[in-house]
Parts: sequence; C-alpha cells; structure tokens
Amino acid sequence: MSTNNNNEFPVEFPKGKSPSSPLMAMSRRQLLKRGAAVGSSFLVGGGFVAASTASWAVEVKGLEPQTMAALVQIARDIYPHDRFGDELYAAAVKGHDEKAAEDPAFKQLLEAGVAALNSLAQVRGHPDYLQTGWESDRVDILKTMEASEFFQTIRGGLVVGLYNQPAVWTLLGYEGSSHEHGGYITRGFDDINWV
Amino acid sequence: MTAPFDVNDDSVVVIIGTGAGGGTLANELAQKGISVVALEAGGRHLPQDYLNDEWPSFSQLAWTDMRTTSGDWRVAKDFANLPAWIVKAVGGSTVHWAGASLRLQDHEFRAKTHYGEVDGANLLDWPVTLAELEPYYDKAEDKMGVTRTNGIEGLPGNNNFKVLKAGADKMGYKDCHSGRMAINSVERDGRPACRQLGFCFQGCKMGAKWSTAYTEIPKGELTGNLEVRENAHVLMVNHDDTGKVTGVVYQDADGNQIEQKARVVCVAGNSIESPRILLNSASSMFADGLANSSGQVGKNYMRHMTGSVYGVFEKPVNMYRGTTMAGIITDESRHDPSRGFVGGYEMETLSLGVPFMAAFLNPGGWGREFTAAMDMYENMAGMWLVGEDMPQESNGVTLSDAKDQFGMPVANVHFDDHPNDIAMRNHAYKQGMALYDSVGATQTYPTPPYPSTHNMGTLRMSTDASDGVVNGFGQSHDIANLFVSDGSQFTTGGAENPTLTIVSLAIRQADYIAQQMTEKSI
Repeated sequence: MSTNNNNEFPVEFPKGKSPSSPLMAMSRRQLLKRGAAVGSSFLVGGGFVAASTASWAVEVKGLEPQTMAALVQIARDIYPHDRFGDELYAAAVKGHDEKAAEDPAFKQLLEAGVAALNSLAQVRGHPDYLQTGWESDRVDILKTMEASEFFQTIRGGLVVGLYNQPAVWTLLGYEGSSHEHGGYITRGFDDINWV
Repeated sequence: MTAPFDVNDDSVVVIIGTGAGGGTLANELAQKGISVVALEAGGRHLPQDYLNDEWPSFSQLAWTDMRTTSGDWRVAKDFANLPAWIVKAVGGSTVHWAGASLRLQDHEFRAKTHYGEVDGANLLDWPVTLAELEPYYDKAEDKMGVTRTNGIEGLPGNNNFKVLKAGADKMGYKDCHSGRMAINSVERDGRPACRQLGFCFQGCKMGAKWSTAYTEIPKGELTGNLEVRENAHVLMVNHDDTGKVTGVVYQDADGNQIEQKARVVCVAGNSIESPRILLNSASSMFADGLANSSGQVGKNYMRHMTGSVYGVFEKPVNMYRGTTMAGIITDESRHDPSRGFVGGYEMETLSLGVPFMAAFLNPGGWGREFTAAMDMYENMAGMWLVGEDMPQESNGVTLSDAKDQFGMPVANVHFDDHPNDIAMRNHAYKQGMALYDSVGATQTYPTPPYPSTHNMGTLRMSTDASDGVVNGFGQSHDIANLFVSDGSQFTTGGAENPTLTIVSLAIRQADYIAQQMTEKSI
C-alpha cells in the first residue's frame, strides 16, 4: 500500500504571491551597489534576488540568495514558457524560501539540491548550474536528479505555484471566473466560426 | 421547518450520505411521511458559496480525508492518497458532477448474458432490467429536469461542442448532440436557465444544474420529516443479537461520538466509504463486516474505463467557456466485440481550467513537451472517454493500516486495469485523436485517467445471495433493515455516467422501503 506524499494535491492552494517589495522601487544601479550579477539573468545580493534589468526583485529570507536565483532558473527549466517573465517563476518558488526560513531540514534539502546541481554542472565543464548556457544542458543535469526528493519537491510545488497565478492564466488565454460577469453566454461561449 | 429527531428515536430511517442516492432517497421518504435522519460527513455549501476557481473550490468541496491506493493504475502513483475526486458536503458529488444524465442500455443490465464469460471478469446480470427501471428513469428525468426529455430543449452547444460535432460529422458518427443534461436550458423548478458559466465541476453558482444540495434536501426538510445533520462523520453501524441493525455511530463537529437509533439504515456514502463503513462495523457476530456473508463487500470496484483526448488547433477554441460537458457522441457505446472488447464507451466534451490542466494533462510531466501543450491551452478542445470497465473481484476497497482523524482504518482502493479496459481505452484514444485530426488538429494528447469520479460496484446487487451484497432493491441479503442506496449497488458499470441510474434506483428503493415498513417486514 502506498501512503507516500508524491501527491499533486497539497492541502493549501495559495495564489502565487507577487514578488513585490521595497526592493522593487530600486534602480539597477542601486541594486548593483548591494549585490552582483549572477549569470546573465540575475542580480544577487544580501537578502535579495533581482532581475538583471531590475524589472523585479524578491526578498530572500530563508535561503542563500544564490540558491534562490538558481531555483528561479530551475523553475523555468522545468516548465519553460518563453512568454513568462522570471517574476512569475520567482513568485512560484517564493513559498519555498519562506518555508526554508522556518524549517532547517527543508532549507538543507534545497541548499543541498542546488549544490548538487552545481557540482553536476561543474563536472560537465560549466561554472555552475546558472551559468550553464543551454537549456538542453541544464535539462540533462536536472534529469539525473529527476527521482530525487529535491527535484520532485520543486516540480510538484510548481504545478500549483506556477499555474495557479492569474497572470499566467492571462498569458495562456484562460479567462477564469465568469460568474461575476454573467457567465460566458454573451461573452463568446460559441463564437468560433472556423470549424 | 427542519425536523429534529431524538437520538434514541428508533422509528427513524437513518441515511448515511446526502448525494445522488442518499439525498434523493431522503426526500422521497420524507415526501411519503417517513421520518428520516440523514447524516452527512461534510458541511453545507450552497450556490452563493461556490467558487469559480479550481483549487480553492477543491479545498472547499473535495473529500481529502486520508485514503490509500494500490494496483497498477497510474492514479496510485500520481495521486497516491486521492483515488477519487468526490465531494464531502451536503449534496455529495451532485455538487460537482457535470450533469450528464444517460440511461443504461438494456444489454448493459444483462452483461453476463450478452458478453459471456470474460477471463478475469466477475460479470453478472443485474437483478433489475431496463424495463423495470424505465418508470423510475422517467421520474428521475422529470425531477432533475434533464434536457431532451419531458419536452425540455437541449442546451446550446459551446465552442468545445462545435469542434466535437464537426469531427463527429467527419468521422461519420450519427448520434452527436449537446447532451441529456440535468442543467436547465430554461427556467424550471424554481431554478434559472444556464448562463454558460463553465465551472460545472466547482458547484453551479447559478443553481441551474440539479444537485440534491439545493433541490431534494430542502424539499425534504420542508416536509418536516427530514433532519440533515451536517459534519456528522459516520464511524460504524450497530446491530442487535438478532442480526438486525439498530443504529449508526457518528462523530459530530465537536468531537462527540453519538449513536442515532434507527429502524432502517441506508448506506449511501459513495462506493469507497460505504463498504468501508460496513467493514469497520465488524463484530463478533459479523466478523467480516456487516452484510458480508458472500465475501463480496468491497469487491468488484469499478471506476469506468476513462481517459481524455485534448486536441490543439491553429485557432482559438476557448473550451472552458460554457458547460463543462457540452456534448456527447454515443455511437461507440454499443456492444460490438468486433472492436476487440466487450461493452462500449461514450465520448463527451470536457474542459479543465489552466490550474487543473497543469495537474492532470500528464501528471509528473515536465519540460518543453509539457509546456508546449500548456502554451496552446487557448487553442485546445477536449473530450472525456467513459466506458464500461470489467468488474474484477480483486479490485476493491479494503481496510488500510492507516487511520483517519477519528482513529478508524481508512479505505485502501486497489485497482488493476482489465485487458478489456485497456483494449477499450486504446480504441477510444484512437477514435478521439482521429476525430480531432479530422478537423485539423495539429497535436493531440491522449491523457491518462483522472482520480475516479464514477465509483461503483463495491456492494453489488445480485439475484443469488452468494454472488453479491444486496438484492434488486438495494436491500442487503443478510440484514433485512440494512440498505445500500448509492452507486455501490451497481452490478456492472455500463458505459453511461451513473448519476441518473443512482437517482432512479433511489426513487424505486423509497417505494420499496415504504411498502416494507407498511407491511412491518422491516
């Protein structure tokens, strides 16, 4: 009998939290004063990860900021949508950082997982996971860890964390709740004419 | 108006569960002047509470108490503690059902006669025929306001239906329409016409869809003969030393264990909980659980052969707009062994929102193949394939080592596909993909079965007491005043969505119970 927790149905289903914070108001120059570029996508400093363009920034409380930056990239590599900005992936993994701040064992799982990915990248001649240039090379690395608790925790969390964000729904053309708009009866429920 | 009954009142009929079976039976008995206490494990949620939002709605309505799984079905791997997606609330799974209301076919009531011996299958003819059930199907369709019956027009077809219908025409299918649905196409029975909200699976916020939660239950309560106790989680059924059942033990919301005395007990907790309750009621007199002299309690679990096909097209479909199950093709529901399997299947439109599509399209899947599909969500059409699966004695509900929050052993649900199920699913996938290809699909996705929504057969009807648990009226062979009133009674599954048959059986059972009580037989 199986009672494992490899269950796609978590008990709580929070909407993806917007990664907004006072950091969002800072310019790239201000952020760079506090940190440094990691790879081509991220600025990482004490307690934050930001876009290299400073278009978004997220506070990091439980994890090493470099680990959080790697998680954002891992999230994109697991569910790559080229129309989605990194902020949606950052929102999707933000809960892991919050849990890591309260749960040392969980923090260790994530830190060790990312460290393992970095080691695997280095064996393949890359500086680390984040600086492995091609998605296909990063995916090869992830595949070697597909069965691990680390990978399954990240992937399972993303199913809800990424796809339960209204901003994602909009990008995928899903209009969501209709009751407050009187349903779809006058809003295109039968509007296609190409069949 | 609600009738409060004393827990020591042993003149009442106690019904466990308020879904399609229990909720209907409760009202039918109450209308006849019979006193009923209905025990519902969940709370009462009504249309104003329902959420057009998949995950929060799941949290609000779904049965998420611990269950375990085993067997070769993929659900045991991907959703190990969620074998079934059913509702824990007043109204049971009629809150989240899609509304498809189809009669079983004549040959499906006599599966063993028509299909013959099938290796590994525990086939049996029902002790009821279609002809016997037809008057009750008539009553159920009228009660539920099923479209395309009783002069009620069909629902308008949405975009998802338009794609299905165009494909059906290309495939040469003859019987494709917007369904026989217990969803109002016009105002009826004090409920409005459907405004194509979508979110049928999340509870109909308009109340256009029939659900016992806001039809049968309040009607029964208005008689003064029905008391519904919410958050009353049944633990076991008690009996006396003559072998008659005498009461039902439940735990209330405050943690008190209470026994409600009963003249008659009707079990309608769905095909997982109903056998679990009987197994958990084992005593020195009934060491294998109540009503289990046949050894068939919990066995022959059926969940329908299911699968889905999603097709991607060059242009948007927006399948989620409007009714979830917006149309049907019935051509493949015939029994035609030349296809390589016995029994048949229905093809019904289905849509999921983005959150559930991500969870169900290919559980565990990741990478660009997965996201390529999600990226085309807007251009997807979807269908559900639902057909008769073979009853197998080894498929079923047993007591697990795990315990629930009340300290009772939880249900383990074991399921292995029968070769006939696999052959049928492969045929259905092939036809579904060909249908979408015929109208220009650029991709098709044969999607694995979801956690079970159609749960049947674990306390099955049989003519012979050694073959099953209840007779043709749902009365247990062993204990005259113990009835089964839900889909657990199904001898075989048929190809059709089971709710209409559960409701019809409940109306018929109410007549039988009333007659037996009048005759003092129970």
